[in-house]
Amino acid sequence: MCLGIPGEVIEFLPDQPDLARVDVSGVRRVINIGLLSDEPPVPGDWVLIHVGFALSKIDEEEAASALAFLEGIGQAYEDELTALAESRIE
Amino acid sequence: MRFVDEFRDSEKARALAAKIAGLCEPGRQYKLMEVCGGHTHTIYKHGLEDYLPEQITLVHGPGCPVCVIPMGRVDDAMALAAGPDVIMTSFGDMMRVPGSNGSFFDAKARGTDIRMVYSPLDSLKVARQNPDKRVVFMAIGFETTAPSTAMTMLRAAAEGLTNFSIFCNHVTIVPAIKAILDSPDLRLDGFIGPGHVSTVIGCRPYEFIAADYGKPVVVAGFEPLDILQSIYMLMLQLSQGRSVVENQYSRVVPWDGNVVALRAIGQTMELRPYFEWRGLGFISHSALKVSADFAAFDAELLFDVPGVRVADPKACQCGEVLKGVLKPWECKVFGTACTPETPIGTCMVSPEGACAAYYNYGRLTRTRVSEASRT
Repeated sequence: MCLGIPGEVIEFLPDQPDLARVDVSGVRRVINIGLLSDEPPVPGDWVLIHVGFALSKIDEEEAASALAFLEGIGQAYEDELTALAESRIE
Repeated sequence: MRFVDEFRDSEKARALAAKIAGLCEPGRQYKLMEVCGGHTHTIYKHGLEDYLPEQITLVHGPGCPVCVIPMGRVDDAMALAAGPDVIMTSFGDMMRVPGSNGSFFDAKARGTDIRMVYSPLDSLKVARQNPDKRVVFMAIGFETTAPSTAMTMLRAAAEGLTNFSIFCNHVTIVPAIKAILDSPDLRLDGFIGPGHVSTVIGCRPYEFIAADYGKPVVVAGFEPLDILQSIYMLMLQLSQGRSVVENQYSRVVPWDGNVVALRAIGQTMELRPYFEWRGLGFISHSALKVSADFAAFDAELLFDVPGVRVADPKACQCGEVLKGVLKPWECKVFGTACTPETPIGTCMVSPEGACAAYYNYGRLTRTRVSEASRT
């Protein structure tokens, strides 16, 4: 829950400007990007995601190192990914 | 116990460690607190204490959202969940936290409708799909998760949902740090500031620590090198007799935080006069409740919440661990009666809890650390 997980923005949802589809380690899910409304991301940008909300934009290098860190911590990240995979935000 | 991995930049780490050692004054002991449970996890996982000179002790702070929830609030949540037509929704981390009558998992096994969700927005979806039920979201966490709860309430209001509410247990990190600074039990030299919380609140809220208490603060990232770099920055300040707030994690944390997130919190929540923290007791203005404008989403007003204060189990010393007074293994039940599988205290439940982190990656530093803690 406290983990910030990096995801790449794939596309925005038509009719729902606050929602975007992201790719997190191969899992594609919908998240809310409303907290970045001051500086909205574009497809291809990386964001740090907390409980279904993008909290900050990050560069690709930071995303890669955050991912390496998360993969290193093991179980807690797997639990987070499992929870994300079950998420159906709309 | 698992083996601790050598991380990929261990050469760089050794170089940093040598620079840190060079800054230690002979004969002086240093205690640095890492506030955030994510940092605690990294420190144990990579055995960072072994890179540091013996004069430096890392003290683990209260920044683990699950760990600081008092038992009474868990019991309140259980009472709420057991109400007629209620569906309780919760993050997975919260499911194993013991109340005085078991955890959410235990209650679920007894037939209470408690569902695990990834996001409060998933909880909102449960509410939309179950118009004849009353869906409550168990909101926990520091400023990292509070904006998500706030945005979800704004969304619920915009949709006009009437069967969704929040049981708000959000806490704020700065009053807890202040309580630790004011505690006579502990003399700290500096703080490794939380990373993701600071993404939301920025670095300014820590300025009083440097200005009024004369302790340096360095907001840090989560990788081993980030933490060592932050310790170096703290030690540099200490060696120069300076105390300011610095941002080692500027690649993610903006100095002013996330203004949109702070606005959303301000719109939907307000500070409680006081709130009980596990182990730390009652701390003034340290938690958030649903604001009067959003009373229609406040489970504490919509339901009968017992609000009974429950003392922590006598054997459990999470309070001392959360304040950094005790190291996890100094607790009487650590690793024996209290394990991640059968936790007595919250610090053993969450992967960010100091006890769970130590249990999973136990290090052979007990002797050294207990020697350093004696001063």
